[in-house]
Amino acid sequence: MSILVIAEHDNSSLKQATLNVVAAAKAIGGDIDVLVAGENCGAVAEAAAKAEGVNKVLVADNAAYGHFLGENLGELVAEVGKGYSHVLAAAGTTGKDFMPRVAALLDVAQVSDIMRVESDDTFVRPIYAGNAIATVKSSDSIKVITVRPTAFDPVAAEGGSASVEQLDVVKDAGLSSFVKEELAQSDRPDLASAGIVISGGRGMQNGENFKMLENVADLLGAAVGASRAAVDAGFVPNDMQVGQTGKIVAPQLYIAVGISGAIQHLAGMSDSKVIVAINKDEEAPIFQVADYGLVADLFEAVPQLEEELKKVL
Amino acid sequence: MKVLVAVKRVIDYNVKVRVKPDNTGVDLANVKMAMNPFCEIAVEEAVRLKEKGVASEIVVVSIGPKAAQEQIRTALALGADRGIHVETDEEVQSLEAAKLLKAVVEKEEPKLVILGKQSIDSDNNQTGQMLAALTGMGQGTFASEVVVEGDKVNVTREVDGGLMTVSLNLPAVVTTDLRLNEPRYASLPNIMKAKKKPLDNMSPADLGVDVAPRLSTLKVEAPAARQAGVKVADVAELVDKLKNEAKVI
Repeated sequence: MSILVIAEHDNSSLKQATLNVVAAAKAIGGDIDVLVAGENCGAVAEAAAKAEGVNKVLVADNAAYGHFLGENLGELVAEVGKGYSHVLAAAGTTGKDFMPRVAALLDVAQVSDIMRVESDDTFVRPIYAGNAIATVKSSDSIKVITVRPTAFDPVAAEGGSASVEQLDVVKDAGLSSFVKEELAQSDRPDLASAGIVISGGRGMQNGENFKMLENVADLLGAAVGASRAAVDAGFVPNDMQVGQTGKIVAPQLYIAVGISGAIQHLAGMSDSKVIVAINKDEEAPIFQVADYGLVADLFEAVPQLEEELKKVL
Repeated sequence: MKVLVAVKRVIDYNVKVRVKPDNTGVDLANVKMAMNPFCEIAVEEAVRLKEKGVASEIVVVSIGPKAAQEQIRTALALGADRGIHVETDEEVQSLEAAKLLKAVVEKEEPKLVILGKQSIDSDNNQTGQMLAALTGMGQGTFASEVVVEGDKVNVTREVDGGLMTVSLNLPAVVTTDLRLNEPRYASLPNIMKAKKKPLDNMSPADLGVDVAPRLSTLKVEAPAARQAGVKVADVAELVDKLKNEAKVI
């Protein structure tokens, strides 16, 4: 078997999710090649070549892939992927965008968002917002798969010495073009891979009150997230949403503040190692999944938390 | 400009999902069904495009059992002009759904196809992208804003780092994210009027598509339940537990 992993990156650095996907590829078993498609992405290819367990890194460096447009990546990956038994990518918004195009062009089904590998053709994935877990078997000759990164422990970023090969396959579908990007600027860790996450819900009342969470986050080196309710209410931007339709997180510590615990939110964070809930409603469903629950007014508890943390950290 | 909207009949958003005791699937007997929430957003966007004078006709299509007509009628009550029901009792997976929709696109020749980004039952997030690939169209996935300008459409997409805007040649496929719009409710007079709107019925065979599934579900289980922990009296106790018991800070 031979597995092609599509690297997730921003043209300058390799995203950790790629290392999680390589881990999923190792669980399937076989030679693992990594495809780095981007523009001026040589540093990414070098980083990918150092990852544990990688056989070969293929680089498609062209302006057509600079913004990861699904139309162009779809054609490229379908072309390169033809020679493999499995094609894997992280189930982030980039992988979710281009991978179904790859599957359709190869005339195969896609298995989305796998959490576990049972064998080379059988995978475990969540359905119904994580309320049910399905084991599915693919009968296609090429398995096109998106991987939930948090479900696989990443392989080591260093120690490998894969060869790097340049591809001169240029696929520009001519269907789409990049206009602009508004990306959140933050010095805090990336939400999807942070070791500690503190999230706010509707109980935060407005966006300014998230400053309280940011203060705690900066003490802990944590990322700040939000529930769908807080995003829909306009308190914070969409990229902070944790939940089935937002980001899936599984940190060592998840602190839910003023979040009731709707099932869609729980689906995005219930694999966290330790969950803390702070909510003034003691009947809130979030307490049913929390290891430590504090029934309190968040506007008193969060500043206290900041003070207590300053004492012990 | 003609707009095609695809909608799916799924378990109602508010129903508590229960796995069948024999682990063959989710219990759908006597459970309330409804239009997939992302599809409601797709219908709403099409209706708004028509109200702005951008869309001239809205065709709504659904693939599924006879009862899926209810969801088509809902879309007609919300403002779609006519319906197409691709009727089948078989399980239709994403690739096969995309092939059926491709056949409908070839007949109807819409300038814009709007779908939900995923259905809340299978959670695949595939059909729109597959349809776009099969028809050779561009795709604006996870849309939070859709602006048609001449022979292009600008789509602002919700991506991991924030927002990204792409420009697509028409015809194009758009899949909706949560914040594209807030769907309206159908009024009673519109629900009555919708009953008289045209609804075509066809089968997958009529469209020349084999819908045999490629993926087989071996079993469906309930997720591992998480045990509720303890309540702490105050913040000091919480911090002490996190530091000395859980050892996560």
